[in-house]
Amino acid sequence: MLKIENLHAEIGDTAILKGLTLSVPAGEIHAIMGPNGAGKSTLAHVLSGKPGYEVTGGTVTFKGEDLLALDPHERAGAGLFLGFQYPVEIPGVSNVQFLREALNAQRKYRGEEPLSGGEFLKLAKEKAGLLQMDMEMLKRQVNVGFSGGEKKRAEMVQMGILNPAFAVLDETDSGLDIDALRIVGEGINAIMRAADKGVLLITHYQRLLDVVKPDMVHILADGRIVQSGGPELAMQLEEEGYDAVMADA
Amino acid sequence: MLDTPTLSTRRPNNKDEAWRYADEAFLAQADAAAIQHWRELDVPAGETRFERKVFRTEPGASGAVDRLRVHVGAGSRFEAFAVIIGGAYQRVELDVTLEEGAHFEFGGVTIGGDGKTQEFVTTTRHDSPRATSNQTVRAVHWDRATGNFLGEIKVARHAQKTNAAQDFKGLLLEAGASANAVPQLEIYADDVLCAHGATVGQLDEAARYYMAARGLPPELAKKLLVQAFIGDAFVALEDDSTRENLLEAALGALEEAQL
Repeated sequence: MLKIENLHAEIGDTAILKGLTLSVPAGEIHAIMGPNGAGKSTLAHVLSGKPGYEVTGGTVTFKGEDLLALDPHERAGAGLFLGFQYPVEIPGVSNVQFLREALNAQRKYRGEEPLSGGEFLKLAKEKAGLLQMDMEMLKRQVNVGFSGGEKKRAEMVQMGILNPAFAVLDETDSGLDIDALRIVGEGINAIMRAADKGVLLITHYQRLLDVVKPDMVHILADGRIVQSGGPELAMQLEEEGYDAVMADA
Repeated sequence: MLDTPTLSTRRPNNKDEAWRYADEAFLAQADAAAIQHWRELDVPAGETRFERKVFRTEPGASGAVDRLRVHVGAGSRFEAFAVIIGGAYQRVELDVTLEEGAHFEFGGVTIGGDGKTQEFVTTTRHDSPRATSNQTVRAVHWDRATGNFLGEIKVARHAQKTNAAQDFKGLLLEAGASANAVPQLEIYADDVLCAHGATVGQLDEAARYYMAARGLPPELAKKLLVQAFIGDAFVALEDDSTRENLLEAALGALEEAQL
């Protein structure tokens, strides 16, 4: 579903991704772990097309299409969702307005009819309920005044509403307390565990992987995938640390 | 100076402090008598009056000046909300005198491109105690356009417990556009609250990327961000349909831009 081959990318003149190869088939959830500065967030932003992140080599194919040829909003329209590590505040724009405009822009891109206000609110209410978020929160301005945990939960409500084919979740678990972590994890399972969907889960911790059980775990270090394995790899990392595990490999 | 406007027929020029950012070409050929004309409004004690207007200069016209002098009686309220979208040069001027306990609320938006110069000029005279005023101006410009806000607040010696606030923000969508804020506070009373702030910036790149990552095309993202930005000027406007009309007029001007 998502196929990354020999991807090279740089920010400014600094090379961050140095030949990254990774493939996530439909129906699977893959976790990416790795030490700080390995290029995990860069990978997420390169996939969603952040300005300033320059791809200098390699290919990314998403559902058979050249992802890198699309503008950022077209990638979203094609079904790619990025859960931000640091969700952005947009003063003066309500979540409801933002998400309805976003969903209808995506539907337009796919040649689908827009949702009416009533249809949208019904959908938003259902997905907010899934993440145990009060609808009143959705009437407020996008991420403004939200705590770190609320922002992450709001990201998952957004994901539920936009219903992407593929989600790249960049440290969605950071800033969450134990209860919120379980709610978010179960939300990911409910929204994204499907035969025609895929997830790339970037995380530092085993905790989230106890709830969202990954099919594969990859270690990203110095801009490349250096090791891949089953869920047991994450547990080994938790116990032994990156240096020890990578030295063994 | 024009502090106490008279029926002078002198034509102002850029050397006059209150006209420093005005369009020179317009002033050079303008009808001095027309420029010096003031509309007058008297708000009787205890009452409320509104001024809500979209200023669109006729195509081809070199400019227009609209001046309104308002006397706000004791305990009464004057609310002005305006959008300037037209004009090679459009100036909207308010000269407001507040009696005891009166309130002046002002929300203004300048929005335009080309070589337009659009400006609000206010003089707020706190002549008596306990009067309040709140002014919010937002300027959105592109091409080589300029938006200005010259806001003078005068607090008389005996006008204790005055509370006056003024807030200006400029949003420049392209290099080449500009915004000027000239707050001028003249305070002779000692027990007063006067706040003013002015900032000029560009569209938030992080917000634009976040919106794109959710599927919003750049034009739509920009429209939402501009709408949110200028919305500040109409927060105090209680009538929903009037607010919608003013926002719509402003965003219509943005759509013409085709940046």
